[in-house]
Amino acid sequence: MLRVASVEKTYGTLQVLKKVELEAGQGEFLVLLGPSGCGKSTLLNIIAGLDTASSGDIIIDDNVVTDLDPKDRDIAMVFQSYALYPSMTVAENLSFGMKVRGVPQGEREKAVVDVAKILKLETLLARKPSQLSGGQRQRVAMGRALVRQPKIFLFDEPLSNLDAQLRVEMRTELKKLHARLGATIIYVTHDQVEAMTLATKVVVMHAGVIQQVGEPQEIYDRPINTFVARFIGSPSMNLLPAKLDVKDGRTIVRIESGGSSVELVTSRSASDGVANAGRSVLCGIRPESILLRPGGRKPAANEIEVDIDIVEPTGSDNLSFFRIGAHELLARLPPGSSSVGGRLMLFFPPEKLLAYDVDSKQLLF
Amino acid sequence: MSVAATLESRSLRIGAHTRRRKWIGRAVVYLVLGSFAILYLLPLVVMIFTSLKTMDEIRSGTILSLPLEPTLEPWQVAWSSACVGVECLGIRGFYVNTIVMAVPAVIISTLIGALNGYALTQFDFPRQRLVFGLILLGAFTPYQAILIPLTKSLGSFNLAGNLAGLALVHTIYGIPFTTAFARSFYLSLPPDLVKAAKIDGAGFFRIFYSIVLPISPPILVVSIIYQFTGIWNDFLFGSALTYGEGAPIMVALNNIVNTSTGEKPYNVHMAAAIFAALPTLLLYVFAGKYFIRGLTIGSVKG
Repeated sequence: MLRVASVEKTYGTLQVLKKVELEAGQGEFLVLLGPSGCGKSTLLNIIAGLDTASSGDIIIDDNVVTDLDPKDRDIAMVFQSYALYPSMTVAENLSFGMKVRGVPQGEREKAVVDVAKILKLETLLARKPSQLSGGQRQRVAMGRALVRQPKIFLFDEPLSNLDAQLRVEMRTELKKLHARLGATIIYVTHDQVEAMTLATKVVVMHAGVIQQVGEPQEIYDRPINTFVARFIGSPSMNLLPAKLDVKDGRTIVRIESGGSSVELVTSRSASDGVANAGRSVLCGIRPESILLRPGGRKPAANEIEVDIDIVEPTGSDNLSFFRIGAHELLARLPPGSSSVGGRLMLFFPPEKLLAYDVDSKQLLF
Repeated sequence: MSVAATLESRSLRIGAHTRRRKWIGRAVVYLVLGSFAILYLLPLVVMIFTSLKTMDEIRSGTILSLPLEPTLEPWQVAWSSACVGVECLGIRGFYVNTIVMAVPAVIISTLIGALNGYALTQFDFPRQRLVFGLILLGAFTPYQAILIPLTKSLGSFNLAGNLAGLALVHTIYGIPFTTAFARSFYLSLPPDLVKAAKIDGAGFFRIFYSIVLPISPPILVVSIIYQFTGIWNDFLFGSALTYGEGAPIMVALNNIVNTSTGEKPYNVHMAAAIFAALPTLLLYVFAGKYFIRGLTIGSVKG
């Protein structure tokens, strides 16, 4: 459907995209996710044809469109600022693209009515954009894309100008819309919740390089490097320096803790040679993977008794900070289960422990 | 007297005091503003008074005395029978000349300026700033210095000495200004607007007249007022590039004054001057608020 083939973009000496390879199939909801300045919007503009790649190709449906104008690529785009035409009514905004392309009036009107029905814009058709609320403008912007039935929809942070509640509503609407239309969507956002909830495939970008491509759950469970590990998930993953070792045929991580050390068994057998003893790693575990166990006894395997330093109750959870040696960690515990100064027994499930190479920052296991 | 009552009367006294100070301050402000208004309006008053007087009254009275027997005859003379050079047909014809010359020059220079500003802000092309810099250079041209080559060039196009040539010159020398106005206005347009139109399939000119031009009235008004006033009031180009019957109003006004022999009919001169100033005056009265609004757009985030 869409293929981005080793696209690079440089502005003078500044390289904003490096050898970007990407593929999206029919009906895919592909989310380009990354912090601001990672090149995701530039990539979207290049796909749209609003910006030109320094090298590489954009291929839509086996046609190389790299040198085509945006209008000849059969795409539609929704902008962060909505970019509605201020002097036109909602109906005129929706039909402008068709008018430019010489679609007959009858057909235009029918298409506008159809889309207005889908997006609940029927009563707003005669209004000017300045007479609409933020959410309504957003829907008109989506309508303008929908009405043309393009091969690919491009969304550039379409929800980030909405207030929090509306954003969640529109997110759901968008998901429904995708399910209903089966459209191919390329969606740029810096909001990982949007990425997780909407995407069939997430592409995490950082500094012009694609870090990881995968299904949302896969990316969440096994971030391929420490950047993705820190970026995905809120609160973000605990990463603490440790050393690998082997014990009873299993790989273990050893964390320095004030003179002595804490050992955590992993689910990995010691046989594959990754865990040559003493290798320095960053050990990762998500805050919600750390489990509360009944205390007042001797710690079993992978259990550590800790003192809680700070508690941030969110209502649904108690975000509880504690230390292992000099390293601060965060556990997402059930509400009411932790208090400042309390001593708790925490369990670190072996299958949830990840290890990253200290130098390459890549996932070892 | 209770403590509370004392406090109350004291605060009342303070209230009266601050009120009085406020009143004095305001009076001073109005006095200053009023004096300046009178100072600026005085010449206009003199002109109107004089234009309504007979020559006898002008001779006998002072410059500021009210017209005792107001007459519109000087106005009629100025309009249709005052002598401009050898012809004695009033300024009527020159009025028409100026409108015929100024209107196309204003419209064309404003539209080209808008198009330039749009191209300079919404489309990327190499050496964009340099191009704008060169256009802007035209705004700093000393007209006296280029007058002779200008006349020569117009002559070789057969445009010297007529209104078409004058209109062309005004159009060209207006473009740097109208471009600068439009550019500063279009810099504040969200760039996504043009991107969206490109995706919708519209080309350069389609985007200009369907999307950009309909939201440009604030800056178009600025451009039109600026250009119209400049062109209407121009004397230098008018006197150098036209002659006789083909002159614009300001040149004609000058000629009326110079033609009179013997006693100068001040009343006719004043009436003619008011006639000449009227269009720009009316434009400011009716479109002035858009002018001010347009000038501040872009400087303040809007």
